Amino acid sequence: MALTMTAKRRLVTTALLAPASVWLFVFLVLPFIAMVIFSVGERGPAGGYQAAFTFAQYANLPARAAAYWNTLLLAPVGAFFCLVVAYPTAYYLAVKASPRHRLLLVSLVVVPFWTSLLVRTYAWMYILGSRGIPNLLDMIGIADVRLLNTPGAVLLGIVYGYLPLMIMPIYVSLEKLDRRLLEASADLGAKPVSTFFSVTLPLSLPGVMTGVALVTILLLGEYLIPQLLGGGKVFFIGNALVDLFLQSRNWPFGSAIAVTLVAIVVVVLMVAMRIAWRISGTRQVDLI
Amino acid sequence: MSKWFRENAPISARELTDEFMRLKRGSVSRRHFLGITGLGLAAAVLARQPGFLASPAYAEDLGSTMSLATWPNYHDPATFEAFTAATGVAVEVNVFGSNEEMLAKLQAGGTGWDLFVPTNYTISTYAGLDLIEPLDLAKVPNFDPKTQNTRFTNEGTVDGKVFALPKNWGTTGIAFNSDKVKSKVTSWKDFFEVAQGEATGRAMVHDYQLTTIGNALVSLGFSFNSIKPEELAKAEELLIKVKPHLYAINSDYQPSMRATDAWMTMCWTNDGAQLNRDIPEIQFVLGTDGGEIWSDFYAIPKSAANKPAGYALLNFLMDPANAVKEHIANGAPTTDSRVLALLPAEVTGNKIVYPDEAALTPLEFGAAVTLTDPARAELMARFKSA
Repeated sequence: MALTMTAKRRLVTTALLAPASVWLFVFLVLPFIAMVIFSVGERGPAGGYQAAFTFAQYANLPARAAAYWNTLLLAPVGAFFCLVVAYPTAYYLAVKASPRHRLLLVSLVVVPFWTSLLVRTYAWMYILGSRGIPNLLDMIGIADVRLLNTPGAVLLGIVYGYLPLMIMPIYVSLEKLDRRLLEASADLGAKPVSTFFSVTLPLSLPGVMTGVALVTILLLGEYLIPQLLGGGKVFFIGNALVDLFLQSRNWPFGSAIAVTLVAIVVVVLMVAMRIAWRISGTRQVDLI
Repeated sequence: MSKWFRENAPISARELTDEFMRLKRGSVSRRHFLGITGLGLAAAVLARQPGFLASPAYAEDLGSTMSLATWPNYHDPATFEAFTAATGVAVEVNVFGSNEEMLAKLQAGGTGWDLFVPTNYTISTYAGLDLIEPLDLAKVPNFDPKTQNTRFTNEGTVDGKVFALPKNWGTTGIAFNSDKVKSKVTSWKDFFEVAQGEATGRAMVHDYQLTTIGNALVSLGFSFNSIKPEELAKAEELLIKVKPHLYAINSDYQPSMRATDAWMTMCWTNDGAQLNRDIPEIQFVLGTDGGEIWSDFYAIPKSAANKPAGYALLNFLMDPANAVKEHIANGAPTTDSRVLALLPAEVTGNKIVYPDEAALTPLEFGAAVTLTDPARAELMARFKSA
C-alpha cells in the first residue's frame, strides 16, 4: 500500500526523533518525576525517603538560603569574568587572526577539553598550593602568600574551566559577521571604536548571550571547583545537594532543593532568551 | 607498603619453580607451598583435603570476583593478591569517604558489595534497616571471640546476634606540625584556640559532622555525642567563629599536611601514624579533654551477590597471619590478642597506635543517634555555608 506524502513525512519524523525521545523520557523525564515525588516526601528516621505528601521540604528551603545566595551570586559573576576574558580572545580569533592560523588557534582553545576537568582542577591545587606559585613568590621575597582555598582560587578555577564554553559561541557569531557592514561603517565616517560599539558588538550579542546563558546555567550546578579549590569553605547548591544525599541522607529535602534549582535554571534561560530576542529583533536566536 | 606488596605477590613463574624446588627438598611445608603459589583452592576443591585452609566456606563455589567497600589507605594490596591466589577470587575494592556515604549507597541498593567496613556506631542502624544479617560464625573459623578485646568489639553484636566482626580500632586526635606550631596543643580546647591564633589559615577540620561537631562540643566541656540543642548551639557558635581562620573543611587532610599547606588537623589514628612515620615533625596527640575512640568492623550486606566469597575473604582476614600484615600496612591498632602477639615491637611500642590506657579514658565511642541526628546535619550545613 502506498503511503501518502504526509504519512511518509510523519513516519520519517517519528523515526528520527524516536531515539532522542526515548532517551530523554527514560533518563530525564522519569528521574525528574521521581525527584518531584521525593520532594513532597519525608526523611526516614535513619535517613532516606519515606512516602508522604507534604510541602515541609519546600517550606524548609530558607535553611539553604546561603547556598542559593552564594550560587546565584557566583553564577553571574563567574560568567561575567569569563566574558571579560573570552570576548577579546574570540574577537582576535574571528576578526584579527590570519585565516591561515585560525583553525590552529581555535583548536588550541578546545584542546584542554580533552582532559578531564577533575584532573585540570587538581593541577590548579598544586599550582596554587604552597609548593607552587607561593613558593616562587617566596624566593623573590614575597612571603606567606595564600592562594589555595580562597574565593579568588574558586573564581580562577571557574574562569579557567568554563572559558572555552564562552569563547566558542562568541567566536561563531563574530565569524559570521558580514565584513561589508564594517566597511560601510568606515565609509560613512565612523572611527574603528564607534564601528565596534555600534556594529560589531550588537551583532555579536546573540553569541554573547548564548555564552553567558551556557556558563551561568552550568555554574548553577557547580560542585567540583568550590570543593577542590575552595577547601570546602565555599558552599554552593551543588555542595548542599551532595551533603544532603551522601552525608545526612535527607533525600526529600535534597530533592526539593534540586527541583527548585531546575525551576531557577528554566527562569534564567527564559529571561536570557527574551533578552536575546529583543536585542536581535527576531525570534530566530537559539541560545543552546 | 610496596615492600609488602612485592614480598607477598606469589605470581611469577620463576618464583613458582623456586618454591616447588624448595618443597621437593623438604625445606618448606606443603601448606606453605600451596598457600604461596595460589594452588590452595585447586587442592581444596579437587582433593577435599580435610582441614586444609580450615574453612568449610572454601568448599562452596566462590565464583571468580567479589566486591569490598572500605576506606582509603586501609589495606595491604598484597592481602588481596594472596586471597586471589588462594581462592581464585579477584577482589574489587571500592573506597569511601564516610559512613553516611556507604549507608546511602546500601540504602539506594544495587551496590554489589560482598563485604564492607562499617564503623561501630552504624551497625545498629544497618541491622535496624535490615541491610545486614547476622553472621554465620561457622563459616569464619579463624575468628576467635576469646582473643578479642570486647571493649572494641561489643558493638558488632545487636540484640545478642553477631552482625559484624572487628577489623581494627582507633582514635580521632590532633595532628600538628611541631616545626610550625609552637603553642601547646594537648586538648580540643587548645586545638580551636591555636586554630584562631598561631595556626590561623593553617588548620583543618573534617568534612564530617560526627567528628567536627563532636570535637567542638568536647572543647566546650560537653559530650562528643551531645544532641542537646543548647550545647549544639554553643558548638555552632564556636565553629562559625573559627571558620574564617580555617585552611579547609576536608577529611582528606594528608596531602595538605604533607605539603605544609596545613599545620594542624583533626586526624584519625592510622593517618596520624602514617604522617608521623614519613614526617617525624608531624605529631599526633589525643585530647586530654576527650574525643572519639572507634572501631571498624567487617559486615556482609544482605544484598551481597557472592556471599560465599564474602565469608571466605572475611575468614581470610581473620587469620592472624594475614591480619598482622594488614595492621603493619595501615597503621591502625588491632583488637585481637593473637595479632598483637605477632606484631613487631616497634609497632606495638608506637604511642600513636597503642596509646597509654590513661590517654584513652576520656574518649567516647560515637553513638548511632549522633550519626543520624538531623539537627547535627543542619548545623554542619550552616557551618559550611557560613
